Amino acid sequence: MKFAVVVFPGSNCDHDAYHAAKHVLGQDAEFVWHKETSLGGADAVILPGGFAHGDYLRTGAIARFSPIMAAVKRFAEEGGPVLGICNGFQVLLEAGMLPGAMLRNRSVKFQCEHVHISVEQTDTPFTVGCRRGQILRIPIAHGEGNYYAEPDVVDRLEKNRQVVFRYTTASGEATDEANPNGSVRNIAGLCNDARNVVGLMPHPERACELAVGSKDGLVLFESVTKFVMGSGVIFRGQSREDHPLAETVLQK
Amino acid sequence: MRARVFVTLKPSVFDPQGTTVAEALHTLGYAAVKDVRQGKYFELDIDATSADEARKLASEAADKLLANPVIESYRIEVATS
Repeated sequence: MKFAVVVFPGSNCDHDAYHAAKHVLGQDAEFVWHKETSLGGADAVILPGGFAHGDYLRTGAIARFSPIMAAVKRFAEEGGPVLGICNGFQVLLEAGMLPGAMLRNRSVKFQCEHVHISVEQTDTPFTVGCRRGQILRIPIAHGEGNYYAEPDVVDRLEKNRQVVFRYTTASGEATDEANPNGSVRNIAGLCNDARNVVGLMPHPERACELAVGSKDGLVLFESVTKFVMGSGVIFRGQSREDHPLAETVLQK
Repeated sequence: MRARVFVTLKPSVFDPQGTTVAEALHTLGYAAVKDVRQGKYFELDIDATSADEARKLASEAADKLLANPVIESYRIEVATS
């Protein structure tokens, strides 16, 4: 399968994502400059971390005007798996592809550390290879990762099982101490209604080899590979229900 | 025509930066400062024939870009000079 890693001016985790997909996972991967209008036939798209367009105005606010974003939106609407990591998550929020917004961390510090997150949902392309409740130890590196949405929006996210990752202790408790940035209900990542667009603040691509302290993040890349390759059929252009993997994915 | 757009976090949204600035002011001895809310300020130089037209355009700009309606609200002042 082929990953497209979108590169905005100011992206700085694009090479990490490319490395994880291409060298650790052994799949095809390609950088796609933000001025491009095509994803080049990719099967999964990664919006990487960094400071797209210098984070001017608000994090992710300008990136949504990059020409490539029209193609990313189209790809997502057709059911293609899209993963937004850190700044990529912020871009998805500003582009209206995921609900909510980011506030400055409650510590007002740039938080750079390993945290624990629990996998709350396994019926997304990026978590289909996880156990429900699996705890991943993955680094965060952000100043604005304090997820916020109106209470009724958060309730709806919970009800629709769209909260995919939550900050927890090593034993899986979503306590306030385990919340590094003040995110509402310890939300570390979520998915859209159709479940194919996933965003998270922690950096799975920086936790794919033991040499860097953890390879817990690799499971996200393995999951989407399984999702795309599982039946040998690429699902683009099909609704989620029609997708040959939908049943497998939804039953898990 | 000049439109001034003031973008602030909604009252229901916690403002960690404002709180930190308030604490810094307290350290300087300004105990009378009860609270600080930090926001953004934009000056738009607009080619418009009336204040209403300028206001309408600034409002659209704020809705679509300058403010994020999930967390922020805004207020507009139009100066004709």
